[in-house]
Amino acid sequence: MAQAVPRRRATTPGGARARNTPAWVRWPLIGVSFGFVGLFLVMPMAAVFAEAFRKGVGVYMDSLRDPDALSAIWLTVLTAAITLPLNIVFGLSSAWLIARFRFAGRGLLITLIDLPFAVSPVISGLIFVLMFGLQGWIGPWLKGHDIQIIFAVPGVILATLFVTFPFVAREVLSLMQEQGDDQEQAALMLGASGWKTFWRVTLPNVKWAVLYGVILCNARAMGEFGAVSVVSGHVRGRTNTMPLQVEILYNEYNFVAAFAVASLLTLLALVTLVVKGVLEWRLAGEAQDAEESTKGITA
Amino acid sequence: MLSRLTHTVARTLLGVSTLFVAGVTTLAPAQPVHADTELLNVSYDPTRELYQEFNKAFVAHWKASGGESVVVRQSHGGSGKQARAVIDGLEADVVTLALAADIDAIAKNARLLPDDWQSRLPDNSSPYTSTIVFVVRKGNPKGVKDWNDLVKPGISIITPNPKTSGGARWNYLAAWGYALRNNGNDEGKAREFVAALFKNVPVLDSGARGSTTTFAQRGLGDVLLSWENEAHLIQKEFGADKFDIVIPSVSILAEPPVAIVDKVVDKRGTRKIAEGYLKFLYSEQGQEIAARNFYRPRLASVATKYVGNFPSIPLFTIDEVFGGWKKAQATHFAEKGVFDQIYQPKSK
Repeated sequence: MAQAVPRRRATTPGGARARNTPAWVRWPLIGVSFGFVGLFLVMPMAAVFAEAFRKGVGVYMDSLRDPDALSAIWLTVLTAAITLPLNIVFGLSSAWLIARFRFAGRGLLITLIDLPFAVSPVISGLIFVLMFGLQGWIGPWLKGHDIQIIFAVPGVILATLFVTFPFVAREVLSLMQEQGDDQEQAALMLGASGWKTFWRVTLPNVKWAVLYGVILCNARAMGEFGAVSVVSGHVRGRTNTMPLQVEILYNEYNFVAAFAVASLLTLLALVTLVVKGVLEWRLAGEAQDAEESTKGITA
Repeated sequence: MLSRLTHTVARTLLGVSTLFVAGVTTLAPAQPVHADTELLNVSYDPTRELYQEFNKAFVAHWKASGGESVVVRQSHGGSGKQARAVIDGLEADVVTLALAADIDAIAKNARLLPDDWQSRLPDNSSPYTSTIVFVVRKGNPKGVKDWNDLVKPGISIITPNPKTSGGARWNYLAAWGYALRNNGNDEGKAREFVAALFKNVPVLDSGARGSTTTFAQRGLGDVLLSWENEAHLIQKEFGADKFDIVIPSVSILAEPPVAIVDKVVDKRGTRKIAEGYLKFLYSEQGQEIAARNFYRPRLASVATKYVGNFPSIPLFTIDEVFGGWKKAQATHFAEKGVFDQIYQPKSK
């Protein structure tokens, strides 16, 4: 998931060649791309809203005001609200650790951060069942102490945390590695306290990367289905998140309500896309600046 | 030089996370707290509409007879999958599953209720019964009339996976029972018949509701093997002008059982309500709700009233033909059992 951050000011390699491509090649290609996007992305998205509003705004609002739907929305928001701060703390500390220090197990840590991307979400969920389930490793102990983890809200949050934790760490790490620690060193040398250096130098330098990670992390936290489905227990009004609620409503032939809840998730996706676009632009700027400043120093 | 920064960063991050965890733990109990007693009914797939109606009636009934305010929570899914969740710690006060073997599994694997649970309530702990029928597309274009039409080449059958779905196991056993009857109780012939039937199954969903959606919504298959109640629900939801119900010459008496999960109710102090809840299923009002949702009622008076809903089909029981659920489960559906031997997933 460590996508290369697009460069804002860099010219597209081969840009000139693209312009020289004859029109009969260019236009069909553009047509195919847009046709594909329209068919597989825009149309389904439009269908979600069309279905949701098929019986009017009143029914749409009623579907969202249903206690079980409200509870699903609430749980989804709660999950994201807990997952995001923890991911920021974890992401910043691990990225900083990896970028600034050489230590035993560093390579292992980098690999482990990527693990949730490599594992199927269903397996992630099952891991928690194996750990915390009544027949699992520490399930009997938990039961003895009356602590419910899976098939309850903590399980949903844990599973979400597991599948989302690479996002912030990955984004911050690549930027930190690119920037190096010269500025921090300089700040400390000039007599800034550790505290001041962190808030004035370290954090501002990576703030766009953190935000970028957060927005991806949020989208995944709210949309996660597989892992959450395994640990949720599907108790209506209790442990269902929005994606699970959509499935239930759909299976109950309650299509309007299913698409109403789905439309909220779709809106979230659209907002995510826009914010992501803005952040990518800012982020490319940061990376570019970092590069230029290093060049300046070495020159 | 960096060590000063290290300390600061470490302290800040630690501080932030401690504050955060403290905040969450204090705020967490503030999320919607219900003063009412909650009862969790873990059920199988097609009972969603039944328990939606029944729970409303029960809450009113319990209050009217001097009890506390109750909120009944529901969880639905394939019967085997739901049993697995209860075994893994889903805190069900009552389980209302598709077949006895799934509750047996909870008793055996998690010891949450005694082995003799099924004798604690009348009628094998099954307040309502059902059977397996066929749903076909309007006008029955493939002319499916009975079980033997299902093994013909070119017929596409939709049924859920017997490994995870209770309804699917009833489907399988109903077909097996039919084949036994028509082949002089020849087990080998029955096995061939069921193997041929499953050759015509293009996809196995994990629960009955998934299969219904596959058949009715996505338009796959010529025949859906379905619970009788689910078949009527399909007609109600999608319109009687789209689907016909075909009643086979013989089918199985499906007894979906209910039980209290002793360890859970004793821990949560909900035994009295849970008992009241299950008892209410046997009451006249409970039986009426079952009948209205196309589950065959046990109570004679209600059965007579709704006789029009339920065509009479010769029904055999699992005890008669298979020697009970424990045996049927071990022979047919256990790992490497008959089903595993005869069913090869189609590689496409």
